[in-house]
Amino acid sequence: MDMIVFILTGAFATATPLLLAALGELVTEKSGVINLSVEGMMALAAAMGFATVYTTGSYLLAFAVAAGLAMLLSIVFAALVLIFSANQVASGLAAGILGLGLSALLGREYESFTLQAPSGLSVPNLSNIPVLGSILFEQDIVVYLTVTTGLCLMWIIQHSRAGLILRVVGEDPHIAHNLGFNVLRVRFLAILFGGFMAGLAGAYASTILTPIWSQGMILGRGWIALALVVFGTWRVLRVMIGAYLFGALLLADLAVQTLNLGIPSQVMTSMPYVMTIIVLAIVSRNALRIKLNAPVSLGQSYRPGQ
Amino acid sequence: MTISKCSPLLELRNVTKRYGDFIANDAINLTVHAGDIHAILGENGAGKSTLMKTIFGVHQPDEGDILWKDVPVQITNPAQARDLGIGMVFQHFSLFETISVAENISLTIPAPLSDLVKQIRAKGEAFGLPVNPQASVHGLSVGERQRVEIIRCLLQEPELLILDEPTSVLPPPAIENLFATLRTLSVNGIAILYISHKLEEIRALCDQATILRSGAVTGTADPKKTNAKDLATLMIGQDIPQPTHPKTRMNGAPQLTLNQLNYRDPNPNIVALKDINLTVRAGEIVGIAGVSGNGQLTLARLISGEDILTRDHASSIQMQGQPVGHLPPNARRKRGLSFVPEDRLGRGAAPLMSISNNGLLTGHRLGLVKNGLIQRSKRDSFAENCITAMNVQTQGVQALASSLSGGNLQKYIVAREMAVNPLLMVVAQPTWGIDVGAATLVHQRLIGLRDNGTAILVISEDIEELFEISDRLTVMYDGRLSNPVSTCNATCEQIGQMMMGQFAASLEAAE
Repeated sequence: MDMIVFILTGAFATATPLLLAALGELVTEKSGVINLSVEGMMALAAAMGFATVYTTGSYLLAFAVAAGLAMLLSIVFAALVLIFSANQVASGLAAGILGLGLSALLGREYESFTLQAPSGLSVPNLSNIPVLGSILFEQDIVVYLTVTTGLCLMWIIQHSRAGLILRVVGEDPHIAHNLGFNVLRVRFLAILFGGFMAGLAGAYASTILTPIWSQGMILGRGWIALALVVFGTWRVLRVMIGAYLFGALLLADLAVQTLNLGIPSQVMTSMPYVMTIIVLAIVSRNALRIKLNAPVSLGQSYRPGQ
Repeated sequence: MTISKCSPLLELRNVTKRYGDFIANDAINLTVHAGDIHAILGENGAGKSTLMKTIFGVHQPDEGDILWKDVPVQITNPAQARDLGIGMVFQHFSLFETISVAENISLTIPAPLSDLVKQIRAKGEAFGLPVNPQASVHGLSVGERQRVEIIRCLLQEPELLILDEPTSVLPPPAIENLFATLRTLSVNGIAILYISHKLEEIRALCDQATILRSGAVTGTADPKKTNAKDLATLMIGQDIPQPTHPKTRMNGAPQLTLNQLNYRDPNPNIVALKDINLTVRAGEIVGIAGVSGNGQLTLARLISGEDILTRDHASSIQMQGQPVGHLPPNARRKRGLSFVPEDRLGRGAAPLMSISNNGLLTGHRLGLVKNGLIQRSKRDSFAENCITAMNVQTQGVQALASSLSGGNLQKYIVAREMAVNPLLMVVAQPTWGIDVGAATLVHQRLIGLRDNGTAILVISEDIEELFEISDRLTVMYDGRLSNPVSTCNATCEQIGQMMMGQFAASLEAAE
């Protein structure tokens, strides 16, 4: 029982950086641009977020600096793909490698430093409910904000005019242009939002989730976020479920290893990946739904007037 | 029907548009008054669409003036054209598939969705254009999509409405409805520029016609007072050759047999096929008429092998008496199938590859590939033969497929599919959106192929075309296929009724 509570409680925090980055990437991809530099943006943000907290002690400032830097990196990417119509996959990989390199460089002085972990919130009264109280009402504020952001995004994408424009630009930029929309501007803002969210994700990972800096601490979470978007068929709710499932399985891995059940650790370590793929593949096997949610123009360069 | 003859709504003076050395529009003069229904008549490539795009601000003329209500204007983009009061329905619809009708319209007319839903219903009722505002566009038929486009234009209260080949996608009853709508609009003082190459339609609908050939105006006429032959001569510059259609021999061996074919597409919005039976014999052309969206697309995909059946149902589709329903396209082609899909770019050809490589797609079996390597000179001569056979206008075998006009690409694809000497040829919408000259040539070649003993199945929405070339006719409605009738015993009215689902008419015709 304790173990299940431990897993479910920790799942939210574990999933938060994945979800933040995935939500940002979802918006970017909905506009028809695939940005593969999520891992690099997160790493850069994690390094500078950590450094900011270490030197100033301000988490708010750290998140702002992290988001700003990740956005700067996403602007580099945006310039390549929007102004120069460069290949999106190659540009994303290049920007990502730049981010990883910068994070190693800027974080060199802080290698293996640790921070005091901030204490979580404790919602009065509600956190005293047995079991559920500690799972749902003793998380840190970023966890709650992330869930709220996800729910807001779900509404914005499905029901607001901004969401509608985002979706149609992703479906067919040529028609969108003919109807008078500024395709490049929409795509730029979507890329910028993706950078912003990846920045928050990186800062959360290095300052709250595991408040210790070491090079490569992002551990492929940017790539997992990218995979979540695809397996979640570009739908916010599915991406959220996928992220939390993945978080829970990561912790289950740790928990099961402490039990010494004789399962090879490699099997357990691979479980989160395998299970997330299986579950999301099952829930998203309806081909029509995928077709209606996938941005048709994903990965295609667009130049106005062609 | 004209309200004011004194001052024109739109006037073009010597409008010229060049692409490099090519003159798309050469000193065009055109005058349109409020309430006019004015036809722009011309073959594909005559410069009709270029001219309309100039009026709509998609691009600017190199020379000449555009006057709107007697004032010279520079229309630099479509939004400005819309503000002036010009609406345009493009041949290729600009609708997004994944969102609803109302959402599509809300993109250009900012208003709360609930208001728009009411406005769409009201306009639809006022002008006989029924659509469901909440329906998702991907599930709509082409005819419905066109209605949405027209309603979108009408909601902007235009004074001039431009329609580019609007009937190329519509069945006859819907064409009548469209014409009724356009006449209502004209009575209300809205001018209409109607682009088409279909003479009979223009004679039925339009008050005036301006005829274009090779980018220049060759004449103006009152289409109601001028006979079709004279209009055609102005348009093509020569008399239209009529296809010769000798009597068919009805005793050929069955090449294609559909036997109780049932199929349900995973997409619930697509009509399921129900109990389809049909035999196509060597040396005959069987035509399938019907309004689009009644299952023709699914049927074509099943016959071509794009969708395949399970092994249990393989015998629902037979070629030369052998079950092929479970076989992939390549295996069916090996048995003598060739197929011209309805979508030329994307399914019939790879747009960004050269003409010669596109020939290779299905011609590779004719020795164009040796030991896995492409025989380049053979490939190129195969493409050149196809080009000569159908008189395809192209810059050469290295030109990209996407650089050909619709009619020329269609001619090339038809030539390629014929070059493999098929036993069975399936053709979907053979002349959709292509000009009279090209269409006649395609028809002639199909009949020639039939006379050489090929079994041909033509799926088309163009009734006249089917009457012209088919030996037997059948109609598809709601996933069912009527009993085939001999074309010489059928009348246009009977087929029209069957297209509305009254299959009893087919029994009468068969008697």
